[in-house]
Amino acid sequence: MKARVHVTLKRGVLDPQGEAVRHALGSLGFAGVGEVRVGKVIELDLDAADPEAARAELDAMCRALLANTVIENYEVEIA
Amino acid sequence: MRAGVVVFPGSNCDRDIAVALGAAGADVTMVWHKDADLPAGLDLVAIPGGFSFGDYLRCGAIAARAPVMRAVVAFAEGGGHVLGVCNGFQVLIEAGLLPGALMRNAGLKFVCAPAALGVGTPDSAFTRAYLRSETVSFPVAHHDGAFIADDDTLAMLEGEDRVAFRYRANPNGSMNDIAGVLSANRRVLGLMPHPERAADPALGGTDGARLFAGLIDAAALQGA
Repeated sequence: MKARVHVTLKRGVLDPQGEAVRHALGSLGFAGVGEVRVGKVIELDLDAADPEAARAELDAMCRALLANTVIENYEVEIA
Repeated sequence: MRAGVVVFPGSNCDRDIAVALGAAGADVTMVWHKDADLPAGLDLVAIPGGFSFGDYLRCGAIAARAPVMRAVVAFAEGGGHVLGVCNGFQVLIEAGLLPGALMRNAGLKFVCAPAALGVGTPDSAFTRAYLRSETVSFPVAHHDGAFIADDDTLAMLEGEDRVAFRYRANPNGSMNDIAGVLSANRRVLGLMPHPERAADPALGGTDGARLFAGLIDAAALQGA
């Protein structure tokens, strides 16, 4: 079963990389770009057959390793 | 004083810190990240700088979950002293031994320069050989050294006098100019600047030597 985890910075955490991307987009001529924040997508291929069990496992994986819950949020997507 | 220096794949300041500890009089053993146990009788565990596991996922994230770190956390919980420098600071935060987070430098550039630091608290084995507010110089070399914490954590660190070093000219956007912090029991220190790179007169400065000397003296006082 394929799963995707989206890891994003919590609201209020400063994101200088997002700012750099915003400036670069502006320099390239794209108008009207407000705030930009950069996150990451982690794709996993799981053996689990049951989506609910997989979701619980992924939640545990996020809290154990994939996301730093001090500064990041995560969202799990089962394909 | 017996010190163990943990080595991860990608650690590159392990020998520097072993040399600095040895020069101060410690008996140093290198400890491989896959070892489940620490050598017996250690007074100090040092987590060195570098790029453990390529900084993959997050700096220090994978190293913090290496087999040896369970033993290091237990060692710290038992009152042992732990010193994390640069990537080592990142590892200690990821392992939950120190609060806050270390993020990409505010200027987005890798900063590699001598850094003037103000000593914070002299109340720890690491800082006992310094005076509060003394200015010292240690080199910094990092891309992800911005110390970030919420207001409650910052208030706690300041209120409990747990800031060990502060930047005189903040190179990375760290909150409250924090360069290094202590754990609640004051036996775990994490700092981004490299004291082991300022511990030899041939290499540009010796302000860092007193950090290691302080640790040796503290161990001697405890009869170690």
